[in-house]
Amino acid sequence: MVTTIDRTVVGMQIESESAIDVAFLKLRERANARWRSLTAGDAPWFRVGFGASGQAAGAQSVYDALSRFGQIGNGAITLSKVGTRGLMYLEPTLEVTVPGGNTVVHGNVDPRMVNAIVAHYTEDRDATPLHESAIARIGKKDSYTDHLPHWRDLPPNRHQTKVLTSNFGAIDPHDILQYIANGGYEALHKSLASMTPDDVLNEVKGSGLRGRGGAAFPTGLKWSFLAPSDAPVKYVLCNCEEGDPGAFNDKGILESDPHLLLEGLILNGYATRSTHGVVFIRQGHDLPIDATRDAIDQAYEMGLLGTNILDSDFSFEAEVSLTGDSYVAGEETAMMEAIEGKRSTPRFKPPFPAAAGLWQKPTNINNVKTLSYVPSIVRDGAEEFKKTGTESSSGTALVCLTGNIARPGLYEVAMGVTIRQVLEDIGGGPAEGSERIKVLQTGGPLGGVMGEEAFDTEIDFDAMAKVGCILGSGGIIVGDESTDIVDLIRNLVAFNQFESCGKCFPCRLGNTHMLDVLDRMCKNESRPGDLELMEKVGTNMKIGSLCGHGQLGYNPISSAMAYFGDEFQQRFKGELRPSGSLGDGIMMMPSRTRPVGQGE
Amino acid sequence: MAIDLGRRASITTSELMAATESNSSAELRSQIRVALNGQTAGKQRPATVTVLSSLLAVQDDLHYIPVEAVEEVAQYCDSTINDVWSVASFYTNFRFTPPGQVTIDVCWGPTCHLLGAQDVLRAVHDEMDVEGEGTTQDGKMTLRYSTCLGACGQAPVIARDHVLRGNVTPDSARDFVTTVSKELDNGYHH
Repeated sequence: MVTTIDRTVVGMQIESESAIDVAFLKLRERANARWRSLTAGDAPWFRVGFGASGQAAGAQSVYDALSRFGQIGNGAITLSKVGTRGLMYLEPTLEVTVPGGNTVVHGNVDPRMVNAIVAHYTEDRDATPLHESAIARIGKKDSYTDHLPHWRDLPPNRHQTKVLTSNFGAIDPHDILQYIANGGYEALHKSLASMTPDDVLNEVKGSGLRGRGGAAFPTGLKWSFLAPSDAPVKYVLCNCEEGDPGAFNDKGILESDPHLLLEGLILNGYATRSTHGVVFIRQGHDLPIDATRDAIDQAYEMGLLGTNILDSDFSFEAEVSLTGDSYVAGEETAMMEAIEGKRSTPRFKPPFPAAAGLWQKPTNINNVKTLSYVPSIVRDGAEEFKKTGTESSSGTALVCLTGNIARPGLYEVAMGVTIRQVLEDIGGGPAEGSERIKVLQTGGPLGGVMGEEAFDTEIDFDAMAKVGCILGSGGIIVGDESTDIVDLIRNLVAFNQFESCGKCFPCRLGNTHMLDVLDRMCKNESRPGDLELMEKVGTNMKIGSLCGHGQLGYNPISSAMAYFGDEFQQRFKGELRPSGSLGDGIMMMPSRTRPVGQGE
Repeated sequence: MAIDLGRRASITTSELMAATESNSSAELRSQIRVALNGQTAGKQRPATVTVLSSLLAVQDDLHYIPVEAVEEVAQYCDSTINDVWSVASFYTNFRFTPPGQVTIDVCWGPTCHLLGAQDVLRAVHDEMDVEGEGTTQDGKMTLRYSTCLGACGQAPVIARDHVLRGNVTPDSARDFVTTVSKELDNGYHH
């Protein structure tokens, strides 16, 4: 099972190399034993799908109902909280692994079903039928499950390609041994035992991986800016601020498989010869915060963080840093300000982070998804990674599909799949009660909207940019035929106004002016020249702002005018009923976002 | 109408001082110090302590930032009252008066917006008898608008002290508020 690499090429010392192997094999033996006890022990293993979405769907009440069984005697069942399987329309989900047998997935579970579900697994299985909430099986068929489709054959799963999400919902994010038992930390072991930092860096370069935080910058190139520095302290930061409404894939990774990110961060540290890693998360998101903190603690306990990782020469420290509520904190230089405990406003560049970043030390910043690809790139090789995706965008995309869609969820698709395929094959088309999909809002509130004529666009950084949208954080919000475009844009601009950090006045004032205009339009109170005013303001924001928050602030409006120009004009001319379900044009917003004249 | 100091756009330092003066006590300061020391106490590995991390620690324990905390954090972090206040007033999660016993967040992000968040908000306003963000007259519940609670697959979403509830309708949101209110009557605390 030891990774076979020609060790003479690398020229590492024999003594340290064998020590690394020994240390890792010891860990993996423990992990395998743990996995056997869960999947082939005495009791069936029940896993309730949590994550923010599962929790919102009621997973806690299902867990509470199940926990009674976990406490009987030695435990009639083994019970765990896991992350999300991604198919959020089926939440709360419960999956049960029969000792030595297959796994059954139950969907839309209600606490009242729990007794009947458990009975089948703990009593005479022939006398107590499988509960009708069972929707799929994983593993081989048996007499109880031969009527169930395999999980991978469910419609949304047939069209997914899983690189990042293969462990999601399958392992307990709070148990490092479960991650190791499923191939975790293999890449770190391989790197320390048989690859130089440059080897790892070259592998990442060769994979064509591009940053998944929005800017799509080549990851290997970014790392190569940091690697040469001989500074005694160097930082690699992971950005999980993820303030984009409609995006939850970064938090999804931390909730469901935090060690994947942590291993990627450690590899980032090794490849760039850095000393410290920081995972940056917004306060209040307790599930990803707790999972990441636990992951770091466990990695220290197992010798995968700290001094001489796996008995190698490489040492690396990691911690979680929390930020307050501030969207701009997701901008990389603002993020460093926040980690230093200051107001999260962007810095002037240069100096660039690789020269003087966090605490003025050389620094790299990567998104959660970007780093989470690294373990598989290092373990399986760059060529394997590149087999998925397009020429210019290798790998997969994590898509958060929400809104008026039949099957909302967190899905992973190969780059190059069209948006229409995601909407129809995975998302199942418009939601019940909706007739057609009119508009998509992608890439967060600074991204744009697109109309139906652009749905055949491929999910690919460059193809999306060409149609005026950004893939960005991966959020795709679906609006049906009833969507009021200007009202939707008002919502996005209200967010941008609320979240402007205030440092650059074109952004601070510009968003306020644009929000005022949009608010007037929604109330049929437009003034002559309003559209020109927005364009003028938007142009000034683009050239006069320090970061993307101001530079991209006009995007929602310009893209809406491009795809829904007629509706914009009608709204402007007052030909439509004022917005909102009451028809009064009013949208309630947080107090400091309130437009002039409303409410004070 | 009294100024709601939880709303940071409308606050000045003198108002803050006046509003929190009555709470000022040695007891409060000792609670603040416990929160500040808790950042490193009992931790095996060093945790980076900053003005922001200290303010977050205080708000976690006390649920707001009393004026004494601004002074204590300045001292603890070897910073100044000005600098601490600049950070505290920047991040929108910090509040400067005690919130209600329970905080209810209603999401107004775009997914929730498309699926009826404005109607949910209206129902919650009505049931809580508040006109926007703020605290009920009896001090039981505080309403906040959230920019995104991260569970858009179950939109519209509301939350009670960070615990999420999805697929809400105006009616179920009213029930949610009523249930919280009843629980508070029966002696629920944070």
